[in-house]
Amino acid sequence: MSKLFSNARLLDPASNRDGKGEVLVDDGKIVAVGTNLKREGAEIVDCGGHCLAPGIVDMRVQLREPGDEHQETMATGGKAAAAGGVTTMVALPNTDPVIDELALVEFIARRSRDVGLTRIRTYAAATKGMRGKELTEMGLLTGAGALAFTDGLHAIADAVVMRRALSYATNFDMLIIQHPEEPSLANGGAMTSGEISTRLGLTGITPVAEVMMIERDLRLVEITGARYHAAHVSTGEAIDAIRRAKKRGLSVTCDTAPPYFALNETAVGDYRTFAKVSPPLRSEDDRRAVVEGLRDGTIDAIASDHAPQDQESKRLPFASAASGIVGLETLLPLALELHHNGSVPLLRVLDALSQRPAEILRLPAGKLEAGLQADFVIFDLDKPWRIAVDAFHSKCRNSPFDGRPVQGSVLRTVVAGRVIHTAESAA
Amino acid sequence: MTGSSAPFSFPHRHLLGIEGLSPNDITQLLDRAESYIEQNRQADKKQSLLRGRTIINLFFENSTRTRTSFELAGKRLGGDVINMSVEWSSVRKGETLIDTAMTLNAMHPDVLVVRHSESGAVQLLSEKVDCAVINAGDGMHEHPTQALLDAVTIRLRKGKLEGLLVAICGDVAHSRVARSNIQLLNTMGARVRVVAPRTLLPAAIDRLGVEVFTDMREGLKGVDIVMMLRLQLERMQGSYVPSQREYFHFFGLDYEKLGLAKPDALIMHPGPMNRGVEIDTEVADDIDRSLVRQQVEMGVAVRMAVLEALSQKPRNVSPTR
Repeated sequence: MSKLFSNARLLDPASNRDGKGEVLVDDGKIVAVGTNLKREGAEIVDCGGHCLAPGIVDMRVQLREPGDEHQETMATGGKAAAAGGVTTMVALPNTDPVIDELALVEFIARRSRDVGLTRIRTYAAATKGMRGKELTEMGLLTGAGALAFTDGLHAIADAVVMRRALSYATNFDMLIIQHPEEPSLANGGAMTSGEISTRLGLTGITPVAEVMMIERDLRLVEITGARYHAAHVSTGEAIDAIRRAKKRGLSVTCDTAPPYFALNETAVGDYRTFAKVSPPLRSEDDRRAVVEGLRDGTIDAIASDHAPQDQESKRLPFASAASGIVGLETLLPLALELHHNGSVPLLRVLDALSQRPAEILRLPAGKLEAGLQADFVIFDLDKPWRIAVDAFHSKCRNSPFDGRPVQGSVLRTVVAGRVIHTAESAA
Repeated sequence: MTGSSAPFSFPHRHLLGIEGLSPNDITQLLDRAESYIEQNRQADKKQSLLRGRTIINLFFENSTRTRTSFELAGKRLGGDVINMSVEWSSVRKGETLIDTAMTLNAMHPDVLVVRHSESGAVQLLSEKVDCAVINAGDGMHEHPTQALLDAVTIRLRKGKLEGLLVAICGDVAHSRVARSNIQLLNTMGARVRVVAPRTLLPAAIDRLGVEVFTDMREGLKGVDIVMMLRLQLERMQGSYVPSQREYFHFFGLDYEKLGLAKPDALIMHPGPMNRGVEIDTEVADDIDRSLVRQQVEMGVAVRMAVLEALSQKPRNVSPTR
């Protein structure tokens, strides 16, 4: 049975569309996008004049299943994603066991179908056990559905291994995703080095650790011709390096996450472990460079970098505390801050949330276009509210954004034409 | 000797660091510490100010000196002092820092004196308990009672802190003593230099209001006080400096380098000293120039003053720093 999502403000970055319209859906796919579409026999979903955009494609989440189900499961992560307007999310392979084998990739696919909410895809490890030494079975893993290869929170540090991973991935035209941080410079560090780390007596990580790894990788990309993606870039210098590489025509993309444009190192304050992330929060200059990188498109995508951590992992002295912020349910409103404060145009924000990541990962999503997956987020662009961790669907509450006033809230999340989440205010 | 006269007002629930203390807070603590010096030199050192109060020394990191100093301070004021040493590594396996804090809190101590190897750990603990907390050193962050005892020691000899030129020399990067002293001396109007090889200077140290020197001879020129820091042995075997020999050559305090300071310049060291590494033995033992023994004596007096200040607060007051 077909469905007509009517009375919407359609926002489609791919076609640069921003105007009133409706979307006709049948059999999980978009059939038509426009105005005055045929509606005979279609179930009408009235969007109430609110925004309808391609569903968010979140290219970096940690779901903790298998292995750490007390922190998050596919089911709780799926609910959190649905509530956040995310229609596809891609899990890092840093579970226990590590996703480095066919059976584990298939396990994720099966669990995603069981949960039946947001589509859950996975990356596979680039090296066995993410130990940075031997390559995984990239060809077979690709066949099983792995979307790209990455060692998760670990940088692929050894230059020879990285060269081979990039080179081997080209056989299957697959993407390598790097956590760009020179590990020997980051070792033992808890936050960005500078006045604040010195005052707090915390071992600092020089921001140069990021650009160093990226510049090395770019050399390897140049000689291998591989597709390379730098995750959660956070420094102006790294963004400049990527900007130059793109100009030279290298197949390089990158993403960032809300902490890197919504916060700076001062959020660490008096040892607030909820503000401990990897890479660490940076200076205000770097934060501004991230915003500029998003505006000019050097930074392709915004990912949630969802990293659930239980209380015990965060209620520790800063250096011992775990890194990470839960991000699925705050991704859209924090990204929309960039629009509301006038620093990034609305369609570019949505492009970074859906179209670009779908394109990078070659998913049939991210656009309002006939034939693609009918995955949408319907949201009230201007509604003011305060982030409240107690209302999260995620199992964890580790967010420094608790209490932050934001604008823009998800009303409905639609996957394959089916409404998987309806906000109370829209019910 | 009854020691204390009029109670003084110390508007903080805890002593977590020098940062956040006003010049008046510091002056009051120093004045009160001075008033205890005489008492500590009497045969009968005990008074009853803290009678009935329980002080727990909770040390997650070994320190005989600081713990003993706090223990004496508490006992001389008539309090009941209990020492607890906890190996942090074993704590982490099961019971967390917070669990330990909650357990002790349930025993209704009045003051917890806490040392921990991690920066910020003492503050974290202070947020979970009802009693006053004194930071006896947290990681590379602060060691406020050390800075206070250094200040009393200087003031007794020089009569003031304001306007003095103080050089803090050595492993500034890893030193909580350096951080607390920089804060205190700046707050009290002294001028502070730090002297160290680049590898032992933390990022942006100049933003803390100090002049930076990597040449000790330059750094000591015209100073009133030379404050040496301890360099841990594992840091001078190639990781931060190449060798003890090279370190002593460039950054060890000997009479030759000391000769560049003011003629009446005084030498301090928080102890324990690595003789022949950061300080020449003769210099360390020079009774005219070295204040090392006075520092230890002042340690007890300062800790008495701090215990008195924090014990005036009723329990369960709303948290202020």
